[in-house]
Amino acid sequence: MTTPLLAVRDLTVQFRTDAGWLTAVENVGFELGAQETLGIVGESGSGKSVTALSLLGLHAASTTRLPTGSIDYAGQNLLKLPERAMRRIRGGEIAMIFQDPMSSLNPVLTVADQISETVMLHQGLDRAAARKRAVGLLDMVRIADAAHRVDAYPHQLSGGMRQRVMIAIAIACRPKLLIADEPTTALDVTIQAQILDLLRELQAELGMSVILISHDLGVIAEFARRVMVMYAGRVVEAAPSRALFRQPMHPYTSGLLAAIPPLDHDVTRLSTIAGSIPDPARRIPGCRFSPRCAEVEAACRETAPDLVTVGAGHLARCPPRLHRMAAP
Amino acid sequence: MSPIVAARGLVKEFQAGRERTLRAVNDVTFEITAGETLGLVGESGSGKSTTGRMLIGLIPVTAGEVTLFGQSVTGPGGAERLAAVRHRMQFVFQDPNGSLNPRMRVRDAIAEPLDIKGGLSRAERTERVAELLDMVGLPAASADRYPHEFSGGQRQRIGIARALALRPEFIVCDEPVSALDVSMQAQIVNLLLDLQERFGLGYLFIAHDLAVVRSMSRTVAVMYAGSIVEIASRAALYAAPQHPYTQALLDVVPRPDPDRVRKPALAGEVPSMLNRPAGCAFAMRCPRAEARCRSETPVLREIATGHRAACHLV
Repeated sequence: MTTPLLAVRDLTVQFRTDAGWLTAVENVGFELGAQETLGIVGESGSGKSVTALSLLGLHAASTTRLPTGSIDYAGQNLLKLPERAMRRIRGGEIAMIFQDPMSSLNPVLTVADQISETVMLHQGLDRAAARKRAVGLLDMVRIADAAHRVDAYPHQLSGGMRQRVMIAIAIACRPKLLIADEPTTALDVTIQAQILDLLRELQAELGMSVILISHDLGVIAEFARRVMVMYAGRVVEAAPSRALFRQPMHPYTSGLLAAIPPLDHDVTRLSTIAGSIPDPARRIPGCRFSPRCAEVEAACRETAPDLVTVGAGHLARCPPRLHRMAAP
Repeated sequence: MSPIVAARGLVKEFQAGRERTLRAVNDVTFEITAGETLGLVGESGSGKSTTGRMLIGLIPVTAGEVTLFGQSVTGPGGAERLAAVRHRMQFVFQDPNGSLNPRMRVRDAIAEPLDIKGGLSRAERTERVAELLDMVGLPAASADRYPHEFSGGQRQRIGIARALALRPEFIVCDEPVSALDVSMQAQIVNLLLDLQERFGLGYLFIAHDLAVVRSMSRTVAVMYAGSIVEIASRAALYAAPQHPYTQALLDVVPRPDPDRVRKPALAGEVPSMLNRPAGCAFAMRCPRAEARCRSETPVLREIATGHRAACHLV
């Protein structure tokens, strides 16, 4: 890969809680090239959304310690960028869409108003030009009858339509990077498929890089070329999509894949991962997955394992499994 | 074996403004046998939750008949007959947070149905709570804690323990795993299967995820816009889905296989129940729709033994 569009290194984010500082994300690193697609998968408390919000500097200063590490984007470290400069990047070169479009859209503004806000701010368009641009953007996200729908309020639109509006706002400034945080989780499955198709088409049309965050390995498999699996604030595995799904090298990834109910055959019981998702406030010594791991060894409970290379572009935080596989 | 639960021609209409009615459930018929599961699949607005609520009398039916344990509980005198069988049925909700009182200890939440029924000594109550916690795989010490101290999966276990308190024979599970993380979903599915085996429970399992439904159900009904469009044994429905909507739903389930090429998404959205289209409600999105699909409403008819579909083209 030539110089990546985005290089995140050793990103650590801590929140202030009643019980002291809580490390939500610890030493996360990844690279993303132009027009690439990265999937970040994890369950509640894995740190996947916190990672994404850090890229845009969207954490509340009152409860967050300044993230450490670096986020290199187009030759500058976003973590060191003044807020004024960050504001130009946010919503401009890097845009984000969220799970619930209803809470991201302003209920008292029309679609035209909300799209206009972005293009007037970032592109200096006047009101008339902004409205025209809004109609064009609704066309781009395949909203039929865009000239009329542009005057609708969010509550007049279905969930799928609202997510299309959010995407229209996100692509308004032709971002180089689109971060989609659970963009289809609140949608019905047939609408989810429409939105994934749309994102894929727009990515090709606009040449964007995309980071797709999801708890659903099926959605990730369909969309991402590279996948990063997070657990309890750490990256436990990162690999090209095919390698990750064909030969997962971390017991958590294997467990998650096995727990997906099969669609093409019957089973009497599903495969499970024991235990519960850890409370982020609780410090787990050694490997954070060790209390739930079926392959746990004594050392796992004491020393935090490193992320090690296990194949071409394939990293996993489970040296014991690698050793077992290497053994004859 | 005679069914423990039967719905015949269930209809639910809601008043939408003064003049208009919204038909949320339209002529729904099915049966559930003791110890077995009917999976009810559909997207938002399909009427699946409304059907589940009507079935156990949480909301009244507009038309049609519900038979519970051999008693018709709709029509004249239905309310008394429903009251007589109510303790034999329970409901498990999607969101365990919304259905557990945050200020009530787990012990009291689980024992609430017992307290309402009455007749247990303090010691018996304590013992039953411990027994219920054990059934759902929670440590006995959980009894003294509050719901917020538990993870989502554990809270769903508490909800299930509470549902089991009065030894029901039939439980409506409304999206019981949809709000849970993947690693918790499988645990709860297995728990429900274990409990079914142990106590011979009948389930109506309502969900939008066809893969989850496959792991739970013996029979599967697919709903669209208020109607059942296909109902068949699990084996038949997944191996040979007949209705174009069922086929489309199966196509769009995301699978953990990066080499799979999904068919293009179905166009359009579920029609508004206020402006129910003429003919087949699915026609406007159906890749195979013909002229008569837009004028003539297809009826659910038997296309093979135990396999019914509502489509002119099958």
